Amino acid sequence: MSSMQFGIFSVGDLTVDPTDGSIPTEHEKLQALVTIAKKVEDIGGDVFAVGEHHDSGFVPGAISTLHAFIAAQTERIILSTSIAHITTNDPIKMAEDYATLQHLSGGRADLVLGRGNTGQVYPWFGKDPSKGVELTIENYQLLRRLWDEDVVNWEGKFRTPLQSFTSIPRPLDGVSPFVWHGSIRTPEVAEIAAYYGDGYFANNIFWPKEHYIRLINFYRQRYEHYGHGTPEQAIVGLGGQFFMRKNSQDAINEFRPYFDNAPVYGHGPSLEDFQAQTPLVVGSPQEVIEKTLAFADYFGDYQRQMFLVDHAGLPLKTVLEQLDLLGEILPTLRAEFDARRPAGVPDAPTHANRVAARDAKLASPVEPVETSKA
Amino acid sequence: MTTVVAITAGLSETSSTRLLTDRLVESLGRQTGDVSVEIVALRELAHDVVDATLTGFASPRLQDALDKVAAADGLIVATPIYKASYPGLFKSFFDVMETDAVIGKPVLLAATAGTARHSLAIEHTLRPLFAYMQALVVPTGVFASTHDWGAEGAQALEQRIDRATAELASLLKGAGTGRSRDDEFDLFSETFRSIAEGPRA
Repeated sequence: MSSMQFGIFSVGDLTVDPTDGSIPTEHEKLQALVTIAKKVEDIGGDVFAVGEHHDSGFVPGAISTLHAFIAAQTERIILSTSIAHITTNDPIKMAEDYATLQHLSGGRADLVLGRGNTGQVYPWFGKDPSKGVELTIENYQLLRRLWDEDVVNWEGKFRTPLQSFTSIPRPLDGVSPFVWHGSIRTPEVAEIAAYYGDGYFANNIFWPKEHYIRLINFYRQRYEHYGHGTPEQAIVGLGGQFFMRKNSQDAINEFRPYFDNAPVYGHGPSLEDFQAQTPLVVGSPQEVIEKTLAFADYFGDYQRQMFLVDHAGLPLKTVLEQLDLLGEILPTLRAEFDARRPAGVPDAPTHANRVAARDAKLASPVEPVETSKA
Repeated sequence: MTTVVAITAGLSETSSTRLLTDRLVESLGRQTGDVSVEIVALRELAHDVVDATLTGFASPRLQDALDKVAAADGLIVATPIYKASYPGLFKSFFDVMETDAVIGKPVLLAATAGTARHSLAIEHTLRPLFAYMQALVVPTGVFASTHDWGAEGAQALEQRIDRATAELASLLKGAGTGRSRDDEFDLFSETFRSIAEGPRA
Protein backbone atom coordinates (compact mmCIF):
# COMPACT_ATOMS: atom_id res chain seq x y z
CA MET A 1 0.00 0.00 0.00
CA SER A 2 1.33 3.34 -1.04
CA SER A 3 1.56 6.11 1.53
CA MET A 4 -0.42 8.36 -0.82
CA GLN A 5 -3.74 7.81 -2.54
CA PHE A 6 -4.55 8.90 -6.10
CA GLY A 7 -7.99 9.13 -7.57
CA ILE A 8 -10.58 10.80 -9.72
CA PHE A 9 -13.31 13.16 -8.61
CA SER A 10 -16.32 14.16 -10.66
CA VAL A 11 -19.21 16.54 -10.21
CA GLY A 12 -21.33 14.56 -12.68
CA ASP A 13 -22.19 17.56 -14.82
CA LEU A 14 -24.22 17.36 -18.02
CA THR A 15 -22.23 19.71 -20.23
CA VAL A 16 -22.45 20.20 -23.99
CA ASP A 17 -19.44 18.94 -25.93
CA PRO A 18 -18.47 22.18 -27.74
CA THR A 19 -16.87 20.29 -30.63
CA ASP A 20 -20.06 18.55 -31.75
CA GLY A 21 -22.93 20.01 -29.69
CA SER A 22 -23.81 16.66 -28.09
CA ILE A 23 -24.87 16.35 -24.47
CA PRO A 24 -25.12 13.13 -22.46
CA THR A 25 -28.47 12.07 -21.05
CA GLU A 26 -28.79 11.55 -17.29
CA HIS A 27 -28.81 7.82 -17.94
CA GLU A 28 -25.63 7.99 -20.04
CA LYS A 29 -23.82 10.16 -17.49
CA LEU A 30 -24.69 7.90 -14.54
CA GLN A 31 -23.48 4.88 -16.49
CA ALA A 32 -20.37 6.85 -17.50
CA LEU A 33 -19.59 7.51 -13.82
CA VAL A 34 -19.72 3.76 -13.16
CA THR A 35 -17.45 3.11 -16.15
CA ILE A 36 -14.99 5.78 -14.95
CA ALA A 37 -14.97 4.33 -11.42
CA LYS A 38 -14.18 0.85 -12.72
CA LYS A 39 -11.45 2.35 -14.91
CA VAL A 40 -9.90 4.00 -11.82
CA GLU A 41 -9.60 0.54 -10.29
CA ASP A 42 -8.17 -0.91 -13.55
CA ILE A 43 -5.36 1.66 -13.85
CA GLY A 44 -4.26 1.14 -10.24
CA GLY A 45 -5.94 4.22 -8.77
CA ASP A 46 -7.13 4.31 -5.17
CA VAL A 47 -10.17 6.56 -4.90
CA PHE A 48 -13.28 7.53 -6.87
CA ALA A 49 -15.39 10.44 -5.62
CA VAL A 50 -18.58 12.12 -6.80
CA GLY A 51 -19.94 15.52 -5.78
CA GLU A 52 -23.51 15.78 -4.52
CA HIS A 53 -25.74 18.03 -6.64
CA HIS A 54 -29.48 18.61 -6.76
CA ASP A 55 -29.53 21.24 -9.52
CA SER A 56 -30.63 20.23 -12.99
CA GLY A 57 -27.61 19.81 -15.23
CA PHE A 58 -26.01 17.35 -12.81
CA VAL A 59 -26.75 13.69 -12.00
CA PRO A 60 -25.30 12.80 -8.56
CA GLY A 61 -28.21 13.41 -6.17
CA ALA A 62 -28.08 9.98 -4.50
CA ILE A 63 -24.40 9.19 -4.04
CA SER A 64 -24.60 6.29 -1.62
CA THR A 65 -26.87 4.44 -4.08
CA LEU A 66 -24.42 5.09 -6.93
CA HIS A 67 -21.48 4.04 -4.77
CA ALA A 68 -23.15 0.84 -3.61
CA PHE A 69 -23.62 -0.13 -7.26
CA ILE A 70 -19.95 0.66 -7.98
CA ALA A 71 -18.78 -1.13 -4.82
CA ALA A 72 -20.47 -4.29 -6.06
CA GLN A 73 -18.38 -4.16 -9.25
CA THR A 74 -15.00 -3.21 -7.77
CA GLU A 75 -12.73 -4.69 -5.12
CA ARG A 76 -10.09 -2.20 -4.16
CA ILE A 77 -10.96 1.47 -4.68
CA ILE A 78 -12.24 3.74 -1.90
CA LEU A 79 -15.57 5.41 -2.73
CA SER A 80 -15.79 8.99 -1.56
CA THR A 81 -17.63 12.26 -2.09
CA SER A 82 -16.57 15.59 -3.56
CA ILE A 83 -18.46 16.83 -1.67
CA ALA A 84 -21.50 15.56 0.29
CA HIS A 85 -23.69 18.28 1.81
CA ILE A 86 -23.44 18.38 5.59
CA THR A 87 -25.72 21.43 5.62
CA THR A 88 -28.88 20.07 3.99
CA ASN A 89 -28.82 16.31 4.62
CA ASP A 90 -30.25 14.88 7.79
CA PRO A 91 -27.28 13.67 9.88
CA ILE A 92 -29.16 10.49 10.81
CA LYS A 93 -29.74 9.62 7.17
CA MET A 94 -26.09 10.33 6.38
CA ALA A 95 -24.87 8.23 9.32
CA GLU A 96 -26.99 5.29 8.19
CA ASP A 97 -26.43 5.63 4.41
CA TYR A 98 -22.66 5.81 4.64
CA ALA A 99 -22.32 3.22 7.40
CA THR A 100 -24.35 0.87 5.18
CA LEU A 101 -22.03 1.65 2.24
CA GLN A 102 -19.06 1.03 4.53
CA HIS A 103 -20.35 -2.48 5.42
CA LEU A 104 -21.34 -3.41 1.87
CA SER A 105 -18.04 -2.23 0.36
CA GLY A 106 -15.85 -3.86 3.01
CA GLY A 107 -14.59 -0.62 4.54
CA ARG A 108 -14.13 1.24 1.26
CA ALA A 109 -16.28 4.27 2.08
CA ASP A 110 -15.10 7.67 3.16
CA LEU A 111 -16.57 11.15 2.96
CA VAL A 112 -15.58 14.67 2.03
CA LEU A 113 -18.14 16.94 3.66
CA GLY A 114 -18.84 20.53 2.75
CA ARG A 115 -21.46 23.23 2.76
CA GLY A 116 -22.33 22.91 -0.93
CA ASN A 117 -21.85 25.78 -3.30
CA THR A 118 -25.33 26.98 -4.21
CA GLY A 119 -27.75 28.75 -1.88
CA GLN A 120 -30.88 27.58 -3.70
CA VAL A 121 -30.36 24.00 -2.46
CA TYR A 122 -31.06 24.87 1.19
CA PRO A 123 -34.81 25.59 0.91
CA TRP A 124 -35.29 22.48 -1.25
CA PHE A 125 -34.34 20.57 1.90
CA GLY A 126 -36.19 22.82 4.32
CA LYS A 127 -33.10 24.73 5.45
CA ASP A 128 -32.21 28.42 5.64
CA PRO A 129 -29.33 29.38 3.28
CA SER A 130 -28.14 32.08 5.69
CA LYS A 131 -27.39 29.40 8.30
CA GLY A 132 -24.72 27.52 6.31
CA VAL A 133 -21.95 27.63 8.88
CA GLU A 134 -24.22 26.92 11.87
CA LEU A 135 -25.81 23.96 10.04
CA THR A 136 -22.35 22.64 9.17
CA ILE A 137 -21.21 22.72 12.79
CA GLU A 138 -24.37 21.32 14.36
CA ASN A 139 -24.99 18.60 11.77
CA TYR A 140 -21.41 17.38 11.83
CA GLN A 141 -21.27 17.34 15.61
CA LEU A 142 -24.38 15.11 15.55
CA LEU A 143 -23.07 12.87 12.73
CA ARG A 144 -19.84 12.39 14.69
CA ARG A 145 -21.73 11.35 17.82
CA LEU A 146 -24.09 9.03 15.93
CA TRP A 147 -21.05 7.08 14.70
CA ASP A 148 -18.88 7.31 17.82
CA GLU A 149 -21.50 6.69 20.52
CA ASP A 150 -23.87 3.73 20.56
CA VAL A 151 -26.65 5.59 22.36
CA VAL A 152 -27.15 9.29 21.72
CA ASN A 153 -29.16 11.86 23.64
CA TRP A 154 -29.01 15.08 21.70
CA GLU A 155 -30.64 18.46 21.36
CA GLY A 156 -29.89 21.17 18.79
CA LYS A 157 -31.38 24.07 16.89
CA PHE A 158 -32.05 22.55 13.49
CA ARG A 159 -33.81 19.21 14.05
CA THR A 160 -35.92 17.43 16.63
CA PRO A 161 -34.12 16.22 19.77
CA LEU A 162 -32.99 12.60 20.11
CA GLN A 163 -33.58 10.42 23.16
CA SER A 164 -31.68 7.16 23.55
CA PHE A 165 -31.20 6.91 19.79
CA THR A 166 -28.90 4.38 18.11
CA SER A 167 -28.16 4.84 14.41
CA ILE A 168 -27.92 1.61 12.44
CA PRO A 169 -25.88 -0.12 11.25
CA ARG A 170 -23.07 0.61 13.70
CA PRO A 171 -19.81 1.48 11.84
CA LEU A 172 -17.83 -1.49 10.50
CA ASP A 173 -15.45 -2.83 13.18
CA GLY A 174 -16.52 0.07 15.38
CA VAL A 175 -14.55 2.55 13.24
CA SER A 176 -16.53 5.12 11.26
CA PRO A 177 -15.83 6.10 7.64
CA PHE A 178 -12.94 8.60 7.57
CA VAL A 179 -14.14 12.17 7.17
CA TRP A 180 -12.49 15.03 5.29
CA HIS A 181 -13.88 18.53 5.29
CA GLY A 182 -13.73 20.38 1.99
CA SER A 183 -14.01 24.08 1.38
CA ILE A 184 -13.14 26.50 -1.37
CA ARG A 185 -13.23 29.69 0.63
CA THR A 186 -14.49 29.09 4.17
CA PRO A 187 -11.77 29.06 6.87
CA GLU A 188 -14.43 27.97 9.38
CA VAL A 189 -14.56 24.59 7.62
CA ALA A 190 -10.78 24.18 8.04
CA GLU A 191 -11.28 25.00 11.73
CA ILE A 192 -13.88 22.24 12.06
CA ALA A 193 -11.55 19.71 10.39
CA ALA A 194 -8.75 20.71 12.78
CA TYR A 195 -10.96 20.61 15.86
CA TYR A 196 -12.02 17.01 15.24
CA GLY A 197 -8.63 15.88 13.91
CA ASP A 198 -10.28 14.99 10.59
CA GLY A 199 -8.80 15.42 7.12
CA TYR A 200 -8.98 18.64 5.14
CA PHE A 201 -9.57 18.61 1.39
CA ALA A 202 -8.76 21.62 -0.79
CA ASN A 203 -10.27 21.29 -4.25
CA ASN A 204 -7.20 23.02 -5.70
CA ILE A 205 -8.76 23.68 -9.07
CA PHE A 206 -9.87 26.92 -10.69
CA TRP A 207 -7.93 29.22 -8.31
CA PRO A 208 -4.26 30.09 -7.69
CA LYS A 209 -2.25 28.00 -5.26
CA GLU A 210 -1.77 30.96 -2.90
CA HIS A 211 -5.45 30.78 -1.99
CA TYR A 212 -5.22 27.13 -0.97
CA ILE A 213 -1.86 27.58 0.76
CA ARG A 214 -3.53 30.01 3.18
CA LEU A 215 -6.37 27.59 3.96
CA ILE A 216 -4.14 24.52 4.29
CA ASN A 217 -1.56 26.26 6.48
CA PHE A 218 -4.37 27.51 8.68
CA TYR A 219 -5.76 23.96 8.98
CA ARG A 220 -2.32 22.52 9.79
CA GLN A 221 -1.73 25.12 12.54
CA ARG A 222 -5.17 24.61 14.06
CA TYR A 223 -4.69 20.80 13.91
CA GLU A 224 -1.67 21.25 16.17
CA HIS A 225 -3.54 23.77 18.35
CA TYR A 226 -6.23 21.19 19.12
CA GLY A 227 -3.59 18.64 20.12
CA HIS A 228 -3.94 16.08 17.33
CA GLY A 229 -0.27 16.19 16.30
CA THR A 230 2.24 18.39 14.55
CA PRO A 231 1.20 20.50 11.53
CA GLU A 232 3.03 17.98 9.31
CA GLN A 233 0.87 15.17 10.72
CA ALA A 234 -2.40 16.78 9.64
CA ILE A 235 -4.25 14.89 6.89
CA VAL A 236 -4.45 16.87 3.65
CA GLY A 237 -6.13 16.00 0.36
CA LEU A 238 -5.90 17.99 -2.84
CA GLY A 239 -7.67 18.23 -6.15
CA GLY A 240 -6.02 18.90 -9.46
CA GLN A 241 -6.87 19.16 -13.11
CA PHE A 242 -5.00 17.89 -16.17
CA PHE A 243 -5.38 17.12 -19.83
CA MET A 244 -2.63 14.91 -21.20
CA ARG A 245 -1.41 13.75 -24.57
CA LYS A 246 1.97 12.21 -25.39
CA ASN A 247 2.76 15.41 -27.24
CA SER A 248 2.23 18.65 -25.35
CA GLN A 249 0.96 20.66 -28.35
CA ASP A 250 -1.61 17.93 -29.18
CA ALA A 251 -2.97 18.23 -25.64
CA ILE A 252 -3.33 22.01 -25.94
CA ASN A 253 -4.97 21.88 -29.38
CA GLU A 254 -7.45 19.20 -28.34
CA PHE A 255 -8.35 20.73 -24.98
CA ARG A 256 -8.64 24.38 -26.06
CA PRO A 257 -12.28 24.31 -27.31
CA TYR A 258 -13.32 22.56 -24.08
CA PHE A 259 -11.44 25.12 -22.01
CA ASP A 260 -12.79 28.11 -23.94
CA ASN A 261 -16.40 26.99 -23.41
CA ALA A 262 -16.17 25.39 -19.96
CA PRO A 263 -18.89 26.37 -17.48
CA VAL A 264 -16.57 27.63 -14.73
CA TYR A 265 -13.78 29.48 -16.53
CA GLY A 266 -14.87 29.62 -20.16
CA HIS A 267 -15.09 32.91 -22.06
CA GLY A 268 -12.64 34.41 -19.58
CA PRO A 269 -8.84 34.19 -19.39
CA SER A 270 -6.80 32.37 -22.03
CA LEU A 271 -5.82 28.72 -21.53
CA GLU A 272 -2.21 29.89 -21.25
CA ASP A 273 -2.95 32.44 -18.49
CA PHE A 274 -5.16 29.99 -16.61
CA GLN A 275 -2.44 27.32 -16.72
CA ALA A 276 0.11 29.81 -15.43
CA GLN A 277 -2.14 31.00 -12.60
CA THR A 278 -3.97 27.85 -11.44
CA PRO A 279 -3.14 24.15 -10.90
CA LEU A 280 -4.51 23.23 -14.37
CA VAL A 281 -1.91 21.49 -16.52
CA VAL A 282 -2.46 20.74 -20.19
CA GLY A 283 0.49 19.00 -21.73
CA SER A 284 2.67 15.91 -21.83
CA PRO A 285 2.78 13.21 -19.12
CA GLN A 286 6.10 14.64 -17.95
CA GLU A 287 4.55 18.09 -17.51
CA VAL A 288 1.68 16.61 -15.49
CA ILE A 289 4.17 14.76 -13.28
CA GLU A 290 6.19 17.91 -12.65
CA LYS A 291 3.25 20.17 -11.85
CA THR A 292 1.69 17.54 -9.56
CA LEU A 293 4.90 16.84 -7.63
CA ALA A 294 5.29 20.59 -7.02
CA PHE A 295 2.04 20.54 -4.99
CA ALA A 296 3.98 19.02 -2.07
CA ASP A 297 6.39 21.98 -2.19
CA TYR A 298 3.51 24.44 -1.83
CA PHE A 299 1.17 22.60 0.53
CA GLY A 300 3.50 20.24 2.42
CA ASP A 301 3.57 16.44 2.07
CA TYR A 302 0.02 15.21 1.82
CA GLN A 303 -2.13 12.11 1.73
CA ARG A 304 -4.52 12.17 -1.21
CA GLN A 305 -4.38 13.53 -4.75
CA MET A 306 -7.60 13.65 -6.76
CA PHE A 307 -7.99 14.79 -10.36
CA LEU A 308 -10.95 16.24 -12.22
CA VAL A 309 -11.05 14.87 -15.79
CA ASP A 310 -14.66 14.29 -16.91
CA HIS A 311 -15.76 17.93 -17.11
CA ALA A 312 -16.38 20.65 -19.71
CA GLY A 313 -18.20 18.26 -22.04
CA LEU A 314 -15.25 15.92 -22.65
CA PRO A 315 -16.62 12.67 -24.10
CA LEU A 316 -16.33 9.43 -22.13
CA LYS A 317 -13.92 7.93 -24.67
CA THR A 318 -11.50 10.84 -24.13
CA VAL A 319 -11.88 10.63 -20.36
CA LEU A 320 -10.97 6.94 -20.42
CA GLU A 321 -7.90 7.73 -22.57
CA GLN A 322 -6.92 10.33 -19.95
CA LEU A 323 -7.19 7.65 -17.27
CA ASP A 324 -4.99 5.27 -19.29
CA LEU A 325 -2.34 7.99 -19.43
CA LEU A 326 -2.75 8.63 -15.70
CA GLY A 327 -2.23 4.91 -15.09
CA GLU A 328 1.07 5.14 -16.98
CA ILE A 329 2.42 7.95 -14.77
CA LEU A 330 1.02 6.69 -11.44
CA PRO A 331 4.07 4.51 -10.59
CA THR A 332 6.34 7.54 -11.12
CA LEU A 333 4.11 9.80 -9.03
CA ARG A 334 4.00 7.25 -6.19
CA ALA A 335 7.76 6.68 -6.23
CA GLU A 336 8.64 10.38 -6.41
CA PHE A 337 6.19 11.41 -3.67
CA ASP A 338 7.41 8.57 -1.42
CA ALA A 339 11.04 9.50 -2.05
CA ARG A 340 10.55 13.07 -0.85
CA ARG A 341 8.31 12.17 2.06
CA PRO A 342 9.89 12.75 5.51
CA ALA A 343 9.42 10.15 8.24
CA GLY A 344 6.50 11.01 10.50
CA VAL A 345 4.13 12.13 7.75
CA PRO A 346 1.15 9.82 8.18
CA ASP A 347 -0.01 7.43 5.48
CA ALA A 348 -3.32 8.08 3.75
CA PRO A 349 -6.25 6.90 5.90
CA THR A 350 -7.74 3.49 5.09
CA HIS A 351 -10.19 1.40 7.05
CA ALA A 352 -7.47 -1.17 7.78
CA ASN A 353 -4.90 1.28 9.13
CA ARG A 354 -7.54 3.12 11.18
CA VAL A 355 -8.74 -0.12 12.78
CA ALA A 356 -5.11 -1.01 13.53
CA ALA A 357 -4.53 2.45 15.07
CA ARG A 358 -7.64 2.10 17.21
CA ASP A 359 -6.54 -1.38 18.40
CA ALA A 360 -3.04 -0.11 19.21
CA LYS A 361 -4.54 2.74 21.22
CA LEU A 362 -6.79 0.36 23.18
CA ALA A 363 -3.85 -1.96 23.90
CA SER A 364 -1.65 0.89 25.08
CA PRO A 365 -1.74 1.35 28.88
CA VAL A 366 -1.32 5.13 28.66
CA GLU A 367 -3.22 7.52 26.45
CA PRO A 368 -0.62 8.53 23.85
CA VAL A 369 -0.56 12.26 23.33
CA GLU A 370 1.82 13.14 20.51
CA THR A 371 2.12 16.88 20.36
CA SER A 372 5.89 17.28 20.61
CA LYS A 373 7.74 18.80 17.69
CA ALA A 374 10.53 16.21 17.74
CA MET B 1 5.14 57.63 5.91
CA THR B 2 1.45 57.71 5.06
CA THR B 3 0.54 55.85 1.88
CA VAL B 4 -2.34 56.79 -0.40
CA VAL B 5 -3.48 54.94 -3.50
CA ALA B 6 -5.20 57.00 -6.20
CA ILE B 7 -7.56 54.84 -8.26
CA THR B 8 -8.36 56.44 -11.59
CA ALA B 9 -11.00 54.94 -13.86
CA GLY B 10 -10.66 57.11 -16.97
CA LEU B 11 -11.14 54.92 -20.02
CA SER B 12 -9.24 56.96 -22.62
CA GLU B 13 -5.53 57.69 -22.48
CA THR B 14 -4.88 61.15 -21.06
CA SER B 15 -8.45 61.36 -19.84
CA SER B 16 -9.88 64.29 -17.89
CA THR B 17 -10.34 61.83 -15.02
CA ARG B 18 -6.60 61.20 -14.98
CA LEU B 19 -6.05 64.95 -15.17
CA LEU B 20 -8.27 65.48 -12.13
CA THR B 21 -6.52 62.63 -10.30
CA ASP B 22 -3.14 64.24 -10.89
CA ARG B 23 -4.45 67.58 -9.62
CA LEU B 24 -5.77 65.93 -6.44
CA VAL B 25 -2.49 64.10 -5.87
CA GLU B 26 -0.51 67.30 -6.37
CA SER B 27 -2.81 69.20 -3.99
CA LEU B 28 -2.59 66.50 -1.32
CA GLY B 29 1.19 66.75 -1.55
CA ARG B 30 0.94 70.48 -0.81
CA GLN B 31 -1.37 69.85 2.17
CA THR B 32 0.85 67.24 3.80
CA GLY B 33 4.49 66.53 3.04
CA ASP B 34 4.55 63.12 4.69
CA VAL B 35 2.60 61.16 2.11
CA SER B 36 3.50 58.86 -0.76
CA VAL B 37 0.90 58.38 -3.48
CA GLU B 38 0.69 55.52 -5.96
CA ILE B 39 -1.64 55.71 -8.96
CA VAL B 40 -3.66 52.66 -10.05
CA ALA B 41 -5.10 53.19 -13.56
CA LEU B 42 -8.00 50.80 -14.15
CA ARG B 43 -7.80 51.01 -17.96
CA GLU B 44 -4.56 49.00 -17.84
CA LEU B 45 -6.30 46.36 -15.72
CA ALA B 46 -9.55 46.20 -17.71
CA HIS B 47 -9.17 42.66 -19.10
CA ASP B 48 -7.85 41.36 -15.78
CA VAL B 49 -10.85 42.83 -13.94
CA VAL B 50 -13.34 41.19 -16.31
CA ASP B 51 -11.48 37.86 -16.11
CA ALA B 52 -11.57 38.06 -12.31
CA THR B 53 -15.34 38.59 -12.31
CA LEU B 54 -15.64 35.34 -14.32
CA THR B 55 -13.04 33.19 -12.55
CA GLY B 56 -13.29 34.51 -8.99
CA PHE B 57 -9.55 35.16 -8.65
CA ALA B 58 -7.24 37.99 -9.64
CA SER B 59 -4.34 37.77 -12.08
CA PRO B 60 -0.95 38.59 -10.52
CA ARG B 61 -0.96 42.23 -11.66
CA LEU B 62 -4.57 42.82 -10.60
CA GLN B 63 -3.79 41.17 -7.25
CA ASP B 64 -0.85 43.53 -6.89
CA ALA B 65 -3.18 46.52 -7.34
CA LEU B 66 -5.74 45.07 -4.90
CA ASP B 67 -3.01 44.45 -2.34
CA LYS B 68 -1.84 48.06 -2.64
CA VAL B 69 -5.38 49.32 -2.06
CA ALA B 70 -5.82 47.09 0.98
CA ALA B 71 -2.48 48.20 2.43
CA ALA B 72 -3.00 51.94 1.83
CA ASP B 73 -3.82 54.34 4.67
CA GLY B 74 -6.23 56.25 2.43
CA LEU B 75 -7.63 56.40 -1.09
CA ILE B 76 -8.33 58.95 -3.77
CA VAL B 77 -10.96 57.55 -6.12
CA ALA B 78 -11.72 59.26 -9.44
CA THR B 79 -14.10 58.04 -12.11
CA PRO B 80 -15.86 59.37 -15.17
CA ILE B 81 -19.66 59.48 -15.01
CA TYR B 82 -21.46 57.76 -17.87
CA LYS B 83 -25.25 57.60 -18.10
CA ALA B 84 -25.72 59.05 -14.61
CA SER B 85 -23.30 56.68 -12.85
CA TYR B 86 -19.79 55.22 -12.77
CA PRO B 87 -18.82 52.88 -15.64
CA GLY B 88 -19.00 49.10 -15.25
CA LEU B 89 -15.23 48.72 -15.12
CA PHE B 90 -15.08 50.94 -12.04
CA LYS B 91 -17.78 48.93 -10.26
CA SER B 92 -16.24 45.61 -11.33
CA PHE B 93 -12.91 46.61 -9.78
CA PHE B 94 -14.64 47.07 -6.43
CA ASP B 95 -16.73 43.94 -7.00
CA VAL B 96 -13.59 41.76 -7.19
CA MET B 97 -12.08 43.42 -4.11
CA GLU B 98 -12.44 41.71 -0.73
CA THR B 99 -15.55 43.05 1.02
CA ASP B 100 -13.57 44.30 3.99
CA ALA B 101 -10.63 45.81 2.04
CA VAL B 102 -11.43 49.49 2.70
CA ILE B 103 -13.14 49.35 6.10
CA GLY B 104 -12.28 52.49 8.06
CA LYS B 105 -10.06 54.02 5.35
CA PRO B 106 -10.40 57.74 4.52
CA VAL B 107 -11.54 57.99 0.89
CA LEU B 108 -11.73 61.11 -1.27
CA LEU B 109 -14.33 60.80 -4.05
CA ALA B 110 -13.94 62.58 -7.39
CA ALA B 111 -15.74 62.40 -10.71
CA THR B 112 -15.65 63.93 -14.18
CA ALA B 113 -18.43 64.26 -16.74
CA GLY B 114 -19.26 65.88 -20.04
CA THR B 115 -22.16 67.81 -18.55
CA ALA B 116 -22.88 69.59 -15.27
CA ARG B 117 -26.17 67.68 -15.06
CA HIS B 118 -24.16 64.73 -13.64
CA SER B 119 -22.91 66.90 -10.77
CA LEU B 120 -24.66 65.01 -7.96
CA ALA B 121 -23.50 61.61 -9.22
CA ILE B 122 -20.84 61.49 -6.49
CA GLU B 123 -23.56 61.84 -3.85
CA HIS B 124 -26.08 59.42 -5.28
CA THR B 125 -23.81 56.69 -6.76
CA LEU B 126 -20.29 56.78 -5.26
CA ARG B 127 -21.15 57.69 -1.68
CA PRO B 128 -23.58 54.75 -1.17
CA LEU B 129 -21.01 52.32 -2.60
CA PHE B 130 -18.35 53.45 -0.15
CA ALA B 131 -20.82 53.64 2.70
CA TYR B 132 -21.59 49.98 2.02
CA MET B 133 -17.87 49.18 2.09
CA GLN B 134 -17.63 51.02 5.44
CA ALA B 135 -15.03 53.50 4.25
CA LEU B 136 -14.63 56.90 5.93
CA VAL B 137 -15.66 59.20 3.08
CA VAL B 138 -14.31 62.77 2.88
CA PRO B 139 -17.26 65.23 3.11
CA THR B 140 -16.25 67.26 0.04
CA GLY B 141 -16.57 65.38 -3.25
CA VAL B 142 -14.79 66.84 -6.26
CA PHE B 143 -16.90 66.93 -9.41
CA ALA B 144 -15.55 68.43 -12.62
CA SER B 145 -17.54 68.83 -15.83
CA THR B 146 -16.30 70.38 -19.07
CA HIS B 147 -17.29 73.77 -17.75
CA ASP B 148 -14.94 73.48 -14.76
CA TRP B 149 -11.86 73.08 -16.95
CA GLY B 150 -12.56 76.40 -18.73
CA ALA B 151 -11.69 79.91 -17.57
CA GLU B 152 -14.94 80.44 -15.66
CA GLY B 153 -14.89 77.29 -13.58
CA ALA B 154 -11.19 76.77 -13.01
CA GLN B 155 -10.86 78.75 -9.84
CA ALA B 156 -13.85 77.14 -8.17
CA LEU B 157 -12.50 73.69 -9.10
CA GLU B 158 -9.13 74.59 -7.62
CA GLN B 159 -10.83 75.55 -4.37
CA ARG B 160 -12.86 72.35 -4.23
CA ILE B 161 -9.74 70.27 -4.85
CA ASP B 162 -7.84 71.98 -2.05
CA ARG B 163 -10.76 71.78 0.34
CA ALA B 164 -11.21 68.04 -0.31
CA THR B 165 -7.52 67.17 -0.03
CA ALA B 166 -7.24 69.24 3.18
CA GLU B 167 -10.07 67.17 4.61
CA LEU B 168 -8.39 63.97 3.46
CA ALA B 169 -5.05 65.07 4.96
CA SER B 170 -6.79 65.80 8.25
CA LEU B 171 -8.54 62.42 8.34
CA LEU B 172 -5.25 60.66 7.51
CA LYS B 173 -3.74 62.19 10.65
CA GLY B 174 -6.67 61.14 12.82
CA ALA B 175 -7.66 57.90 14.50
CA GLY B 176 -10.13 56.94 11.73
CA THR B 177 -13.25 55.04 12.71
CA GLY B 178 -11.39 52.79 15.10
CA ARG B 179 -12.39 49.79 12.98
CA SER B 180 -10.34 47.77 10.54
CA ARG B 181 -10.70 44.44 8.79
CA ASP B 182 -9.45 42.26 11.68
CA ASP B 183 -12.58 41.30 13.62
CA GLU B 184 -14.45 38.60 11.69
CA PHE B 185 -12.96 35.33 12.89
CA ASP B 186 -13.47 35.85 16.63
CA LEU B 187 -17.17 36.08 16.06
CA PHE B 188 -17.08 32.63 14.42
CA SER B 189 -14.97 31.10 17.19
CA GLU B 190 -17.66 31.90 19.71
CA THR B 191 -20.43 30.40 17.58
CA PHE B 192 -18.34 27.31 16.88
CA ARG B 193 -17.41 26.63 20.48
CA SER B 194 -20.94 27.16 21.73
CA ILE B 195 -22.22 24.46 19.36
CA ALA B 196 -19.31 22.01 19.23
CA GLU B 197 -18.54 22.13 22.94
CA GLY B 198 -22.00 22.92 24.21
CA PRO B 199 -23.65 20.95 26.98
CA ARG B 200 -23.80 17.27 26.13
CA ALA B 201 -27.10 15.75 27.16
